Amino acid sequence: MELHNIEKLIEKYFDATTTVAEEETLRTYFSGDEIAPHLEQHAPLFNYFKKAKEERFTKQVPLKPRKNYLKWVSVAAIAVFMVGLYFYQPTSVPETLADEYTPEEIESAKEALALLAMNFNKGTEQLNHLEEFEKTTNKFLTKNN
Amino acid sequence: MKQTEFLNIVLPFKDKLFRMAKRLLVSTEEAEDATQEILIKLWSKKSKMESYKNVEAFAMTMTKNFCLDRLKSKQAGNLKLVHSNYTDSSTSLQGQLEAKDSINWVERIMAELPEQQKMVLQLRDVEQYEYEEIEKLLDMKPTAIRVTLSRARKTVREKLMEKHNYGIA
Repeated sequence: MELHNIEKLIEKYFDATTTVAEEETLRTYFSGDEIAPHLEQHAPLFNYFKKAKEERFTKQVPLKPRKNYLKWVSVAAIAVFMVGLYFYQPTSVPETLADEYTPEEIESAKEALALLAMNFNKGTEQLNHLEEFEKTTNKFLTKNN
Repeated sequence: MKQTEFLNIVLPFKDKLFRMAKRLLVSTEEAEDATQEILIKLWSKKSKMESYKNVEAFAMTMTKNFCLDRLKSKQAGNLKLVHSNYTDSSTSLQGQLEAKDSINWVERIMAELPEQQKMVLQLRDVEQYEYEEIEKLLDMKPTAIRVTLSRARKTVREKLMEKHNYGIA
């Protein structure tokens, strides 16, 4: 490449009128060994661009389908809910005595209650005598008054 | 779409995304995180990906927007401070090391450019995109791109000369 041509390209380069191909020519020229002394000042610029392009992205990118996972979480939640619903038995409150006890049990309970009532009445009958006593004492007391 | 298919689409340009992110964010770790984020976002949109005409351009625009947002947020403000501390101004005696040093200077000089200039310079001079592609990626007019690019290239040249002269003196 003629020196004159390179000088012209450099001028165009700083005016930003070079094409990509022309810039490539400049990069090749400056990466070579035969650089004219008065142009050497530009060498670091073009060599840097070349070096900068060699940098690589080496980090691993974790590409996991996170969305699918979340979808399955809701499915699992619903499944658990359904299982819970299936095994759920409400503790039923018996509505009548007949539901909870056998007829024999009820019968014997009735008998016991009747016996209790009878004996209770027996006791209260005795209290009638006391009433009589009360009447006479009252008479006595009112006379005194 | 399978993971391998996706990777085959993404593989050719993932380094470009990373380099663009690094140009804007400076820190390698930040750039790696950003690139990872972009790739995961693309992966989550994989069902729509077939309808995009140019996945690379789409991903590049995403990266650009992501990094600019990142820079605006406070988090990145802290990182910026950390990474401006790292400049190493030790001058080497050997010519070989000096040459290598001046290549690194370019990187530092570019880090000081305004974001717009950084992006144009990165896309054009490092990745060799055509002007039409840059227009679409950065949503800029052709003349604006040329002006920005010319300005960026000239600034780098001037700063490089300054540093060079300083190094000699």
